[in-house]
Amino acid sequence: MPPLLPLVLDEVSFVAGRRTILDRVSLTLTAGTRTVLLGPNGAGKSVLLRLMHGLIPPTTGAVRWNDENASSLRRRQAMVFQRPVLFRRSALANLRFALAVAGVPRVEREYRARNALARVGLSPIADQPALRLSGGEQQRLALARAWMLAPDVLFLDEPTANLDPGSTAEIERIVQAIHDGGTKIVLVTHNLGQAKRLADEIVFLSGGRLRERSEAARFFRQPTTAEALAYLEGELPWRMPSDVSP
Amino acid sequence: MNTFSLALAESLAMVGRLDPKLVEIVALSLQVSLASIALSALVALPLGAAVAVASFPGRRAIVVVLNALLGLPAVVVGLAIYLLLSRAGPLGSLGILFTPSAMVAAQAILVFPLLAALTRQVVADGYEETREQLTSLGASTWTSAIALLVDARYTLVTIVLAGFGRAISEVGAVMIVGGNIDGVTRVMTTAIALETSKGDLPLALGLGLVLLAIVLALNVAASLVKESVQRRHG
Repeated sequence: MPPLLPLVLDEVSFVAGRRTILDRVSLTLTAGTRTVLLGPNGAGKSVLLRLMHGLIPPTTGAVRWNDENASSLRRRQAMVFQRPVLFRRSALANLRFALAVAGVPRVEREYRARNALARVGLSPIADQPALRLSGGEQQRLALARAWMLAPDVLFLDEPTANLDPGSTAEIERIVQAIHDGGTKIVLVTHNLGQAKRLADEIVFLSGGRLRERSEAARFFRQPTTAEALAYLEGELPWRMPSDVSP
Repeated sequence: MNTFSLALAESLAMVGRLDPKLVEIVALSLQVSLASIALSALVALPLGAAVAVASFPGRRAIVVVLNALLGLPAVVVGLAIYLLLSRAGPLGSLGILFTPSAMVAAQAILVFPLLAALTRQVVADGYEETREQLTSLGASTWTSAIALLVDARYTLVTIVLAGFGRAISEVGAVMIVGGNIDGVTRVMTTAIALETSKGDLPLALGLGLVLLAIVLALNVAASLVKESVQRRHG
């Protein structure tokens, strides 16, 4: 099997109705690094992530993986959403279902599902209904589901937006562990602290355009565009300096 | 004592001593309606789920028609089945007019839109929330439809119970295609209609009480199912 990455976005635009959400974004994502998509609300980060993952097609432009085989493409990537999407069955059964969909033979499912639960520290709640778990546990379950199929790329859309600091730390630890296993991480976040902790490189978007892309430490030390600077200074780029009381 | 209380006392006595005539009618009613709901659900549930999940040309039209058929008048269904099954009709060679089989067919068709439309709605709501995740996992349309049916299983129980309630309390269609033949196609609703017009109020009232009890029990069961699910699964 050829390597899945790099992923090339070529002049990708996405238009919904009359609104241009993404405007001619070109970007190449390579294996190994943890890429964090940063930007204000409405910058188009989540849409970009969905385009990469193939959940929505671009209006114009092209999304190209190195491995163009459509069937293995789906199996080699995974996504974790802001609100974990789980089914009305036990935690363990949620994992077994994902394994079944992925075509894993029945005899292996139980073992692999239990193994995946153990890796995110959820073994004690294996038989509890997934929808009864706490928000943090649900997100860990969603991560376990993504992790157990050993994807080449894992997309995460603000996975800790609704979680308390303790759960957030736990999720970040798991994301790091997944990366250590050789999975490319592409993460959308609003949390600058999280971006600093997890990013190797930053892709900064605002107004649907790719404004800046740089190595993480440099981005936070000295951003090169006015938009990125404004975002980092206030995290509120739409507020003009005159609005801020001295 | 007036007629009503006399009839009521007599009907309660009939129910109490399990009057054979009454039992026979109740048993046939249950058989016919259980068979019809099972038959109908077997097709309507997968179809409703498929229409919710799959995208194909004409899908919107099917949804509109299904919803419109929710108000299907029982008598019209009865008439249509009658014409189909009558000796000169296209299915006349089956020779099942005025048999319980014809009644099963009529009730199955009658509750079909109810089952299919409600199932579609429930599965569509579930799909709205899970579509991206299912796509991300690589689930096919059929896998998604089945997973969402399983996910909605407790709501589906309520829907099927509602369909059963409609089937067993319906009178027009089974009267037309069954013919209300004593000992062969006489069910609770047709018997009540007949006995009332004949003036045999105790039997009519007794059957009415049993029918009422069944329908009430179904509704209680439906809400119990719903409650226990909300407690256990959130």
